[in-house]
Order: sequence, then structure tokens, then C-alpha cells
Amino acid sequence: MSVFEIIRFAFRGLFINRLRTALTTLGIMIGVASVIILLAVGNGSSKAIQSSLDRLGTNSLQVRSGGGGFGFRARASANTQKPLTILDTVALTDKTQAPDIKQVAPIASTNGTCVVGTNTSTPSTFYGTWPSYYEASNTSIQSGSYFTNDDVTQARRVALIGQTTATALFGTASPIGQTMRCSGIQFTVIGLTAVKGSSGFQDGDSLVLIPITTMENTITGNQPLTDILVEATKSTTATAAQTELTAILDARHGITGRKTADFSVFNQASLLSTASSSSQTFTTLLGMVAAISLLVGGIGITNIMLVTVIERTREIGIRKAIGAPKSAILTQFLIEATILSLLGGILGVIAGFVGSHFTIYGTKPVIVPASVFLAFGVSILIGVFFGGYPASRAASLRPIEALRYE
Amino acid sequence: MAEAVEAVDSVVDKQPVIEVQNAIKRYGVGDASIFALNGVSLSIEAGEYVAIMGPSGSGKSTLMNIIGALDIMTSGKYFLDGIEISSMDENHLAIVRGRKIGFIFQSFNLIPRTSALANVELPMAYQGVKPKERRERAMVALDVVGLGDRVNHEPTELSGGQQQRVAVARALATRPALLLADEPTGALDSKSTGDLLDLFDQINAAGRTVVVITHELDVAHRAKRIIRMRDGKIVGDEINKERVA
Repeated sequence: MSVFEIIRFAFRGLFINRLRTALTTLGIMIGVASVIILLAVGNGSSKAIQSSLDRLGTNSLQVRSGGGGFGFRARASANTQKPLTILDTVALTDKTQAPDIKQVAPIASTNGTCVVGTNTSTPSTFYGTWPSYYEASNTSIQSGSYFTNDDVTQARRVALIGQTTATALFGTASPIGQTMRCSGIQFTVIGLTAVKGSSGFQDGDSLVLIPITTMENTITGNQPLTDILVEATKSTTATAAQTELTAILDARHGITGRKTADFSVFNQASLLSTASSSSQTFTTLLGMVAAISLLVGGIGITNIMLVTVIERTREIGIRKAIGAPKSAILTQFLIEATILSLLGGILGVIAGFVGSHFTIYGTKPVIVPASVFLAFGVSILIGVFFGGYPASRAASLRPIEALRYE
Repeated sequence: MAEAVEAVDSVVDKQPVIEVQNAIKRYGVGDASIFALNGVSLSIEAGEYVAIMGPSGSGKSTLMNIIGALDIMTSGKYFLDGIEISSMDENHLAIVRGRKIGFIFQSFNLIPRTSALANVELPMAYQGVKPKERRERAMVALDVVGLGDRVNHEPTELSGGQQQRVAVARALATRPALLLADEPTGALDSKSTGDLLDLFDQINAAGRTVVVITHELDVAHRAKRIIRMRDGKIVGDEINKERVA
């Protein structure tokens, strides 16, 4: 009795019971595929959070008017609070008082609509700032050029625009050198920023950046700053930079305790750790769901294998009566179980890869290689072990007992 | 047809095919135990045609299971074709069954959803006979039982008589020392019964040892020797004068 012969028997056994074979394979397939896809979704979403935070820059800090957030308290003390000004910004560049601050950029923001001919676009971000903003906010140019310090001092009417805004206003044509009217003022587009992608609910490419002086002179007047963007020298010095800038601004604004503070500081690094820990929780949760579905798949295999062996006890008896040794029976059933779980596992991996190509609830799944091996390995192990156990029990039966079985 | 039977036949020795010495099979323990076989001794020579008769509970099925190496006895010795098998383990018994014994059961016991040809080939496959030779021998055996035109039919597509003939072909194809039939006609109509018993006659005429376990008198009377059992003991062992001149 050659192994090849036994493999042939196993295939015939599976072929004869086509429906059962198909259903068992399906069960394993779903188990394996769901592990791969769910973990890929978890991984993908944590990757997405990570990359959108990376875009913000982990070593950047944001100073905003109002104490302890944007809530009630800020508004309640509105009459006593001092606004953030360009002078505050300049004070933060003091290298002796703030050695951990690399650079500082003021942000004045406004809402406005830009028009080119009949095309209009309302950028979600319309900032007036100066050149250190680029590095502090990870903004780079795809084509054209940045506006310079000279443009700021001269208050030139030049603008950098994002991809979304460019497409809305100029279509596929190059926007460089073109003019547009924003809030009624004419600007020359000198640069197109590289794609930023969306972070959360905001489209990072719906963007217009102009020199802060131009904005104050032409659109907003002498309005306080919305934010001051501060870049620490390194991501590890972000906390030190925060302490330094708080001290400087406290002195300038006459703040004695945090309760009376009229500004607040947002640290991207702490935001990052919060976000990554919550995405970790999410992935763990998905992983647990996936593990349960694999377990259920495994129980399914076990059940089918048990039923298969019990249903075929009589056949096993016949085979033994006409001279099949225990090893031949055991091998046949083990091979059947292996083929089933192998087939289900392979199909599950394929389904997992295919399924991971689709965007699921706005998340682009990223396959975790370990999950593929884990799911595949576990399904085979379950198949062989739980297929092997009832098979060995049946193969050990005396033929007379197996034959009597109805 | 007789030539065809000889074609699947092998050399038959003149030593006892079956030698059972003081076989005891006990079920249960202590006072509650029952002796299914209570000291049975039996010797069957090569080429004999033996019927084992008896009412239900006489122990004839137990004896058949022991002779067929399907079950082990509590005590006693059993030599099949000169080999002592009463001390063998299940794995060796399987090999002995495959090589020495051709079984015919009351309920046919064909593998379901498998063609007649594949069923006949199966025991040879377990013995390691090469596929080509196996196919040829299976075709010859199916020809012998008159099913040469139905080799690709599955059991459910065959009548009871035809299924039993497939089982006979399966038993013959391995060229066993002993053809062992357990109530072979129990599930057949009288026409099929007649055909099957004719087939047994031919097989025996070709020199094969045939042992039939039955409770039907007319089946038993086709044999050349009739052994009667009652309460786990042999109570009669005689030559059938109708058949042996």
C-alpha cells in the first residue's frame, strides 16, 4: 500500500462527499480570511493615524489663545485675556530663554472664498504666516516656489495653494503664475504644495497660504493671531520647549498660575501617544474578534471531522475487514483532514489578500504578515489534530465493532 | 465459467485451512458472563465446502468472527492456513484477513458511492498489488460472477443479488485460502439465492475452501459438510450425503 495510493483514497473520499468538503473548506476559509482582514484593518487604521500625525510633525507645538482649551473658561475670562501677537512670536525665538525651540511661525487665519473666472473654492485652511511655517508644519512645494521673508516684509500679494484648491480653481492647468481673487484681493499663485492628504475630517490640501503681513494689510486688519506654531529642536525636546514657551508667554502676559492662563499649548507628541494607544486597543479588539472567528472555524472542522468519522465507521469496518491496516486508515483520514484545512487555509489567505485590497469603512487595510502565517498555521494545526483524533479512534476499533455500527 | 474461476485461483495446499482448538469466547465477567463459544474445536481441510448451522444465539456468528480474524477469543488456539493467529495484534490480523480470507456478508458491505470495479480492487490495493494487475484481476473476478458489463455501477445502482456478486468478486480477486460467507443469502430473493449458491458450487469445484454460516436449511444442504451448533458448542458434524457420493 503506497502513500500515493492512500492519497488517492483521501481525494476520492473528499470528492465523493463534495458538499461536505465544500462547506468545511468554506468554514476554514472564512476563519482564516477574517483573521487576516480584521488584523489588516486594525493595522491599516493605526498606520493611517500614525501617518497623519507624522504629517503634523511630532516635534511641533501649537499655542492657542484662551486658557485650558477652547471651552467655557476661555470665553469667561475674555475681557482680561491678552491676545497672541507677532511680538509674542518674536519673543519665543529668543535662544537663551528657549534653547529647545527651533523656530516659530505665527498663524493668522481667516475664512474667505477664492475665485478664478467662474470657478470658486473655499479653502478649509486660509492662513497668513511667514516662511518658518513650512518646516514647522511639514509643508513642502511640489512646483513653483515658497514665498520668502522678503515677500513678507513687502507684504506682496502672493499665495501658495494646495492641490484641492488648485484643481477647483484652475482644473488641470498649472496654477503657477496665475492670478486668483481671495476675499476680494488679487493674488498671484507662486507655488503649489505637495499632497498632504486628509487628517481626520479636514482636507489638508484645501489650502491657501499668504504672507501674514499681506493678510493683515488687506483682509483681516490688525487682528490677533489664531495660533503660534512652535517647532522644537527634536521630538524628545518637545516637552522642554513647551515649558520654555509657557514661561516666556506667562511673563509676557503676566500670568501667575495656570488657572489664569490666557493661552494653551497643544503638544503633538502627547496627542500621538494617545492616538497610537487608542489604535492599539482597536487592533487588539479586532484581533480578538478574529481569533474567536478562527476558533469557531476550528470547532467547525473538529465537528465535521468527528461526524465524518462516525458516519464512516461502517466503511472503516469494511476496509479493515478486507485487509486495511490501521496505519492505512489513519493516514487516509489524516490526509483528508490535511487537504481540507490546507485548501481552506490557502483559499482563506487568498480571500484575505483580495479582501484587504478594498477600503473598509474608510480604512485602507495593511496586511500584517504574521497574521497570515498565524491564521494559516492554526487552521492546519486544528484540522490535523482534530481530524486525526477521531480518525485514530476509528482506526483502532476492532473491525467487528466498526461493522456492527449502523 | 469454471476455467475463469481457475484463472483467479492459486495453488491450494492439502493442510488444514482452519484449525481451531478449544475456542472459548466469553462476554462479561464473573457470574454475569456468557459463553458465546464454550470449547469449540474444529478442523477444515483445503477444498472443503462447509456449512455451519444453528439457531440465533448458538454462537455461529461468534465462530465466524473468530475464523474470519475479525474478533479475538478469550482462550484457545487458532491456526489459519498453518499460521497461528490467536496471538496476533490487530494490525497483523488485518494483513492476514486481506491475504487469506475473502469475506461475504449478509449486508454485502460494499463501500458506498464507489464503483463495483473500485470495490473489487480495494483489498488488492491494501495488499500492494500493482494497479494494472489489480484491474485485470478485478475484471476477471467480475466476469466470473457475471457482472462484466456492470463494472462502473455503484452499489446503489445494482440489485441485492448483483451487490452480493460484487462482494463475491471482491472476495475471490485476492485469491484467498478461504471464502467465508456469513448468512450470504439473508438479504436475497430466492432467484438470487439460487444464483449465488450455484456460484459457490463453482468456486468450490475449482478447489477453493468455502465456509458458509447460515440458519437456512436449503443453503446448508448445498455444502458437502454440515456442522451444527447450539449454546456455544458443536453438536453435530457430518458429511452431507446428498452432495458427497
